[in-house]
Amino acid sequence: MRVVIAFAVIVSVFQTTSCLSMGIKVYPTLNSLRNAISNAHSGDTLLLQNGIFKEHDLVVKKRIVLKGTVNSIIDGENKFQAFIVQADSVVIDGIEIRDIGRSSITDMAGIRIVNANFVTISGNRFVNNTYGIYLQNAERCNIIGNTIHSDFKDEVSGGNGIHAWKSNHLLVKGNNISGHRDGIYFEFVTESQIISNISFGNARYGLHFMFSHNDTYSSNTFKDNGAGVAVMYSRGVVMLNNDFLHNWGDASYGLLLKEITDSKIEHNHFIRNTVGIHMEGTTRVDVKQNLFQDNGWALRVQASCSGSNFTGNNFIGNSFDVATNGSLMLNLFDRNFWDKYDGYDLNRNGVGDVPYYPVSVYSVISEKIPSAMILYHSFLTDIIDKVEKVMPTMIPDKLKDDNPIIKKIAL
Amino acid sequence: MKTIVKYVMLDLVKNKTIIVYAIILGLLSVSVLSMDSNSSKGILSLLNITLLFVPIIGILFSTIYFFNSIEFTELLLAQPIKRKTMLLAQYIAVAAALCIAYVLGVGIPIAIFYSGLAAFTLLISGLFLTLIFSALALLIFVLFKDKTKGIGAAIIVALFFTLLFDGLLLSFIYSFSEYPIDKPLLGLISLNPVDLGRILVLLQLDVAVMMGYSGALFKKFMGSATGSIYTVICMIFWIIFPIIMSARIFRKKDL
Repeated sequence: MRVVIAFAVIVSVFQTTSCLSMGIKVYPTLNSLRNAISNAHSGDTLLLQNGIFKEHDLVVKKRIVLKGTVNSIIDGENKFQAFIVQADSVVIDGIEIRDIGRSSITDMAGIRIVNANFVTISGNRFVNNTYGIYLQNAERCNIIGNTIHSDFKDEVSGGNGIHAWKSNHLLVKGNNISGHRDGIYFEFVTESQIISNISFGNARYGLHFMFSHNDTYSSNTFKDNGAGVAVMYSRGVVMLNNDFLHNWGDASYGLLLKEITDSKIEHNHFIRNTVGIHMEGTTRVDVKQNLFQDNGWALRVQASCSGSNFTGNNFIGNSFDVATNGSLMLNLFDRNFWDKYDGYDLNRNGVGDVPYYPVSVYSVISEKIPSAMILYHSFLTDIIDKVEKVMPTMIPDKLKDDNPIIKKIAL
Repeated sequence: MKTIVKYVMLDLVKNKTIIVYAIILGLLSVSVLSMDSNSSKGILSLLNITLLFVPIIGILFSTIYFFNSIEFTELLLAQPIKRKTMLLAQYIAVAAALCIAYVLGVGIPIAIFYSGLAAFTLLISGLFLTLIFSALALLIFVLFKDKTKGIGAAIIVALFFTLLFDGLLLSFIYSFSEYPIDKPLLGLISLNPVDLGRILVLLQLDVAVMMGYSGALFKKFMGSATGSIYTVICMIFWIIFPIIMSARIFRKKDL
């Protein structure tokens, strides 16, 4: 008995010293990680060694650090979920989590953060999971530099790369997300920063958020997503320096705005999207100094939008610059560069002397009667557009740019 | 028949109009393709040029040529040659010459600057349009005795298909927009070879997505392989029908 106690004391002393110096090494044997987590004390660092850990539903209730190496892999065997973090200030770093199961009852995730704050998830690799990272009622968490990829491409049973619900003050930075349903999905997430992420090839949206107020999105790239980016029912959204590239398909948008108020969209690039920005029921959205290039429609501004300013943007090589569904226009277009502008500038002040009407008559017709798209690029439609430019009768005459800039604006 | 084709071809080469036509097409193609950095846009501009010039030049030139060589035709028909053979030989020669001019003028620049399915389809639909409009010219030639009337008819036919038809189609779309008109539209569009050619090429380009944006039925149909085959069949019909008609009329025509 004494021997056993002495042994236990020695082991515990050894463990404490080892964790003070370099953390506790965990090797991939049966339930080794589960035991290590339950034995660890707050503040311990667990070092996951190379190998495949076939463990699942690992609940982290202590403030510990989990660190992986290049080849430490948690395998969900297509049945289970991996980590469930329920404690504050947990760090999970450099681990590969793969093959999380799918279920119609629970949303299975590689890492699920539940009611926890200050959690850091960084430099992990998520491969073929239903959900990559799932935040549920989390505050001030950092999601940094993770690679999240899935091959499923199934919109119905697939999950989102980074999914956040009812959280605030998150920092999502430098992640690379592909092949999920939505790349980044936010619902009721406020005061958060989404910076320098790349979200591409997702089945639905690259970024999707609803009821998420006062969030900032900057320097992200959204590319080749099934339907682009959708932003709904939010206020105080700031989007800066993002790239919306090649979201090209029958029902694809670069950026879809629905019921957005008091927001800013500045210095973004919208290139080769079916629709650059589609706006519905928006109020006071400033669209400034963006580039719209080679889109089908650069802007579709529905008549339900009001108080928005479109200034200092470049419109280059779009099939249609602006489309709208009514004659009412409560938004302001001013000082943009339009490559289709054929007016003149007699006093050489760099501003065209006649207003530019960005809505072509053919886009009015095709908006009203979609089947008229059958005449797209026919000689007749070119002629009506030219005639209408001389004598506007059908196009909404209030939608015009009174001060079109003659030369491309340097952004 | 071969001999007639050969002599008509020789005559056409001497005529030089065809050569000028090829050169103009070539200059337009090169300038359009080298100007646009985006090659798909270059193809679009080239499509617009093809749809405007090929029908008008094709039908006018062929009509005028058929009428001008009427003495040659009469002389040959004094020999033991079937009227059908004579007519077909003339058609083949003129259509072939125009096709060669189109291939030289548009095909070569495309092959240099841009190759792909879209470019190939553009070439095919241009050739189809050439064949169709010279067939229509043949029909005009056998229908009218008077050269001036014939040329007038040719101009009207060309304008009808490039411009007027689309106008009528648009007014049809407008007046029946409350009804499900996708299917009738599909049928109506087959009545105009220029529209068929346009859609055939457009559906090979990225911009096709915009046509299907509203979920229109015709993009689903025309975009499929069946749709392309249907379009090609319609266009072949547009070549054969005028030729058969003119052969029949010419057989009984009082020269």
